Amino acid sequence: MSKYSEILFRPVFKENPIALQMLGICSALAVTSKLYPTLIMCVALTVTVSLSNFFISMIRNITPSNIRIIVQMTIISSLVILVDQALKAYDYETSKTLSVFVGLIITNCIVMGRAEAFAMQNPPGVSFLDGFGNGLGYSVILIILGTIRELFGTGTILEYEIFPLVQNGGWYVPNNFFLLPPVSFILIGLIIWALRAWQKDQIEEPEFKMSQNSPEIVPNPPPTPSSKAAS
Amino acid sequence: MPKINKDSALNITFVGVGLCLLCSAIISFIAIQLRSVQENNVVLDMQKKIVSSAGLEKAYGSVENAMSNIKTLIIDLDKGEIVDIDPDSYELAKELREEGKYKFLSAEEDVASIKKREKYSKIYIEYKDNEINTLILPVRGYGLWGILYGYLAIEGDFNTVAGLEFYEHKETPGLGAEIDNPKWKALWKGKKIYQENGEVSLKVIKGSVLKTSNNFNYEIDGLSGATLTCNGVSNLIAYWMGNDGFLNFINNLQKVDV
Repeated sequence: MSKYSEILFRPVFKENPIALQMLGICSALAVTSKLYPTLIMCVALTVTVSLSNFFISMIRNITPSNIRIIVQMTIISSLVILVDQALKAYDYETSKTLSVFVGLIITNCIVMGRAEAFAMQNPPGVSFLDGFGNGLGYSVILIILGTIRELFGTGTILEYEIFPLVQNGGWYVPNNFFLLPPVSFILIGLIIWALRAWQKDQIEEPEFKMSQNSPEIVPNPPPTPSSKAAS
Repeated sequence: MPKINKDSALNITFVGVGLCLLCSAIISFIAIQLRSVQENNVVLDMQKKIVSSAGLEKAYGSVENAMSNIKTLIIDLDKGEIVDIDPDSYELAKELREEGKYKFLSAEEDVASIKKREKYSKIYIEYKDNEINTLILPVRGYGLWGILYGYLAIEGDFNTVAGLEFYEHKETPGLGAEIDNPKWKALWKGKKIYQENGEVSLKVIKGSVLKTSNNFNYEIDGLSGATLTCNGVSNLIAYWMGNDGFLNFINNLQKVDV
């Protein structure tokens, strides 16, 4: 795999921002109840993270290190405002559904995380690719969530009826639970499980281990004279 | 090229100020460029709410078609008469700021808790074969967290509800905000507003309306967990359909054709 496609596709499955780095969960819960707004959100985030990586990387050599976070935030928030304005102009309905979540891309950890971790050290071209790759990684998870939630929650995909509803004379009773945000948590959990069963190296070392159950209980050793003297 | 010291005070000031100026210039430019498109969207969205409150979207196929059959009028609420004011220049928020164009409501009058009521109101009438088919009236009243703004559509007999649609509110999502639920909104169609004696009886009740209820035609199922929002809706119907609201205008309409 060449270096560039490695940068582009690594964040999709190997280092997925949601499934491995646990970033950007908030919007993954909030906007995925229907597939169409989910797609718009994915485009908005991918555009923002790619361009912000590109611009931040462009001025990385003149960015003073003690105001670098402010510089990053200024660029990111400007881009988000642009995306929000464009959405209000060209897709007003969806911008109303997404409401504050477009604006909240500013605080999406993926964008800041990539700026700080990648764009500050790398030239603009690869930074753009890295941003785009992370946007794809985010989009893959969101699209999976959006498809499952809309299908089971309302019986449709992109408003096109897949399961005929009972109300319309079909057989499917929509499961309203799938329209509520907590279901995304469960689904993300299942996706992480599947990913880690496939990519074994993503499994983390447990922080704590249960000690072996031994029949003999070893009592604490009595304090030695030397430690007594020390105290 | 001499290497610049990027952490010098001069460079910090330069980068900080320069970046802010550049970003704000770009954003302002784009915002001004897109403003007209965005404003157009807001107007279209409002028209869509007006049309869908009366359920006319299906009948006409599109919002534009429906709007071409809808006449916008300004009426004097106290006299119940049409006044000759350009509807395009009318804006509710402006009316409520301008001295003399509104009146304060006393506690007994203020059923819907709106404090101020405008003198003139902007209404919409849909004509079919030169007769009034639907009357679309702007209504508002306090819910739980803020004022609910909406349109109540009434059929040509000036008593049967054609639909109700709120375009702005601050109610709790999942509870009070269920007033936007299409299933609940569908309950309004065909309900009656006035009793034989002219009293406003339409209201949202607690629980479900029984088919055997005497007031079946005057009651709407309550939304569970949203009693205060539902009371707000009942109050705004009572206020705007009463003497202080559109009753004078409706009485005049029944006497003469517009």
